Amino acid sequence: MATTMTQGSQVPPAKVGAQVGRSLPRLEARAKVTGRAEYTHTMRLPGMLQAKIFRSTVAHGRIKSIDVSAAAKLRGVYRVITAEDICKVIPSPYYGPAFHDQPILAIDKVHYVGEPVAVVLAADPHLAEEAAQLIVAEYEELPAVFDEIEAADNKTLVHEELKPAGTFADLKHLKGRKGTNVALDFKLRRGNVDNAFAEAAHVFEHTFRTQKVLHLPLEPFASIADWNENGVTIYSATQGPSFVRTEIARLLGWPENRVRIKVPYLGGGFGAKLYIKMEALATALSMIVRRPVKVALTMEEQFYTITRHPSTFRIKTGVDKTGRITARKCEVYWNGGAYADVGPRVTQKSGFTASGPYDIDNVWVDSYGLYTNLPPAGALRGFGIPQLVWGYESHTDMMARALKLDPLEFRRKNLLREGRPQATGQIVREVQLEAVLDRVAERLNWGKPLPPGTGAQRRGRGVAVAIKAVIAPTTSVANLTIAGDGSTTLYCGTIDMGQGSDTAMAQIVGEVLDIPAETVRIVPRDTDVTPYDMGTLGSRSLYHMGHAVRLAAEEARAKIKSMAREVGEPEGSNIPLPDLFKKKFGMQAGNIVGTGTYKPDYVPPDPATGLTDNVTPFWMCAASGAEVEVDTETGRVRIAHLITAVDCGRPVNPKIVETQISGAVLMHLGFTMFENMHIDAGQVTNASLADYKIPAMLDVPQIMENEAVDSYLASGPFGAKGVGETATFCVSPAIANAIEDACGVRLTSLPLTPEAVFRALREKANAPLEDDE
Amino acid sequence: MSRTISFILNGEQVSADIKPHHNLVEVLQREFNLMGARESCGQGMCGCCTVLVNGAAVSGCLYLAAFVDGAQVETVESLADERTQALSPVQEAFIEAGAFQCGYCTPGFLLMATQLLDAHPDPDEDQIRHYLSGNLCRCGAYPEIVDAVKLAARKRKNPRPS
Repeated sequence: MATTMTQGSQVPPAKVGAQVGRSLPRLEARAKVTGRAEYTHTMRLPGMLQAKIFRSTVAHGRIKSIDVSAAAKLRGVYRVITAEDICKVIPSPYYGPAFHDQPILAIDKVHYVGEPVAVVLAADPHLAEEAAQLIVAEYEELPAVFDEIEAADNKTLVHEELKPAGTFADLKHLKGRKGTNVALDFKLRRGNVDNAFAEAAHVFEHTFRTQKVLHLPLEPFASIADWNENGVTIYSATQGPSFVRTEIARLLGWPENRVRIKVPYLGGGFGAKLYIKMEALATALSMIVRRPVKVALTMEEQFYTITRHPSTFRIKTGVDKTGRITARKCEVYWNGGAYADVGPRVTQKSGFTASGPYDIDNVWVDSYGLYTNLPPAGALRGFGIPQLVWGYESHTDMMARALKLDPLEFRRKNLLREGRPQATGQIVREVQLEAVLDRVAERLNWGKPLPPGTGAQRRGRGVAVAIKAVIAPTTSVANLTIAGDGSTTLYCGTIDMGQGSDTAMAQIVGEVLDIPAETVRIVPRDTDVTPYDMGTLGSRSLYHMGHAVRLAAEEARAKIKSMAREVGEPEGSNIPLPDLFKKKFGMQAGNIVGTGTYKPDYVPPDPATGLTDNVTPFWMCAASGAEVEVDTETGRVRIAHLITAVDCGRPVNPKIVETQISGAVLMHLGFTMFENMHIDAGQVTNASLADYKIPAMLDVPQIMENEAVDSYLASGPFGAKGVGETATFCVSPAIANAIEDACGVRLTSLPLTPEAVFRALREKANAPLEDDE
Repeated sequence: MSRTISFILNGEQVSADIKPHHNLVEVLQREFNLMGARESCGQGMCGCCTVLVNGAAVSGCLYLAAFVDGAQVETVESLADERTQALSPVQEAFIEAGAFQCGYCTPGFLLMATQLLDAHPDPDEDQIRHYLSGNLCRCGAYPEIVDAVKLAARKRKNPRPS
């Protein structure tokens, strides 16, 4: 497996200055290779009880009875808890970032198979598990709806009434509704698509689907709550401690300063560990028993907690006789599962760019977030963008083939250029769409014909290109202190879940203060001391928190200068910091404190048209190219070459950027080629790593190249953009496009399994396989 | 029904009171505060719980603690030099090659890579990929892990003068 950037076998020496742009190894590297890095899932508190969850076995039903007597009698069980107990300590125990729709434990009804219904508490987790199996619940089953298109006709309702939360500024438009499964519908109306379709030389219409997959962090969800009358401390594997604090404070009716969230390292997040997951349950349980309670899920339970949205995407495009796209209509249905989680944000934010990275005068987008009786769906590394790109970039290739145009040239002809309005109306600036596409084409030798393969082995290649608007409006705050010995400590709420944010933030501090980044101490996340951050999500942290950290360091730098003036140092003095503090305080004492807050401007989209001239502070973009070999006798697809180029502005840490690109591509290779939650009447039937395969060493393509193109974002901290999600966008369509190029079959649903390819080949040969059902 | 087992843990003679159903990972965590081997999938599919028993890698989440009675057990915590705290060549190589992100699976990969290099001091890329195919990394650090194993092989052949 080749990677294009050189692997540094020598660690670059720590030097003063030029901290941004260094491939500094992660600050926490030693803790991680010695097994000493701390994760919530392995944490313990004295006197702690372990919780084991009893879950619903029906997809939609009224709870007739819950018999916990046998479980409660088991020797060693401390207590068995149901919603009735929860409501005594938290009268309205509903939570969620977009809707307050999710109960801590099911109340009156269950809405999906796997929903928490009761909890056993015991000191011994084995015993708690044994007892949980003795609980018996009876349900009156109700009609359930699983498919997002069926849910849209509202014949079977998942919830009687919708309850918007109104916590986040960008979700204020959600209103309480009845008689519907539509949690949110986002509309975008630009120009007149009907006229443009009527005038178009060609009109194409296709439908694409994506399956249900999940984040599957190797550290499963875990939270420990320790409650008393004065306050609650929660240790949690969360990507958003500030949101958890706000939401727990709301549930308890307390001011935020009585709620403390501490976050060690995360064993992966990918969007799963956002908003509230186990924290509310752990808190309620600790309130009831007045002891620390740990809720740590198993791998299986992750399948019942949060997933990515399955989707159906109907896309229709008009093209004029010169090959210009003149109109595009997008209808997207997001299968949000039983609770909204942050689905409404996925529905809206991805809707902004549903029409793709193209310059189209007439655009119509309808994006629907729907409730169904499946495990909830939320944010997964891309906030819906990978599902949309799967559709629009497969569609782009299908049109190019039908029009006998080169797929690359067709894209180039229609690409959004600098200074042109994107579908929302915002003028596109500083996004290297052409550069990423050109780079991928160059690495695939697009100009030269590809040998088509021999015998049953057919070769082909494909490309895809995509754009995303980073989430807005959001706020980050950072504090920084310099001690009397000159050492620097940073307090920021960005969670390092593997993406290397601690290292990048230290590099930004080092750049401003002209000190080696590895001397900067990053305080472990603790809402008692680390200030507000909206959340580690959506590739926002490097930009937003990066700016806040930069501002905090700049304020500290200004204070150093003024302290030097105060003690009579000449202008431009470079007196060492310890000497400066001594001069000022007479000994090693005192602090310099800098603080920074960053919130970019944002103009909310017009509710009727979805248009705004400021929807995002920056655009992310990527292109992928794949060369595949299809075995037409088995349908097996071998990926010979997979290249991804992204625009992430100026890389703060080139090595970490490269691993972010590579890791994102490999994760999406799983979602593209094989990952699939099989669901039978609402029941996930492959909820384990034995039955749900994720990419392993042998799934890595033979040649994989990952690149960041030359770029500099003028409004970014030292030119940087975020990069966590960017490389996920284009993997699926690039491979599907390569498969069609290789063997002439077009797949419109993920994953691209050998069976799916083989079935399509047989259909093309007019000898379809019979269904085995 | 408890029983006492005795074994050599990272070079030290130890004993623990266990129940027959306790697995090795929970005993290492609860009795010895060693958190490097950690349960993830609970089925022996991911390798996060890898522990060496008498020199051979086992899935600590499935391996009953009772089985280590009288055995030699080594965990990731034993890789660094106990006296100098110097990292092993494999640990160093993982850092230098950027071969992990979240770090949750890293102890398992480190132990498997160490075992690989003990058996095959100069593995080619195919050997590395196959040997480590039973360990999963959701962050997808696989290319960097292969680089790290190659780098570690070089480091073990040419140790730095101490």
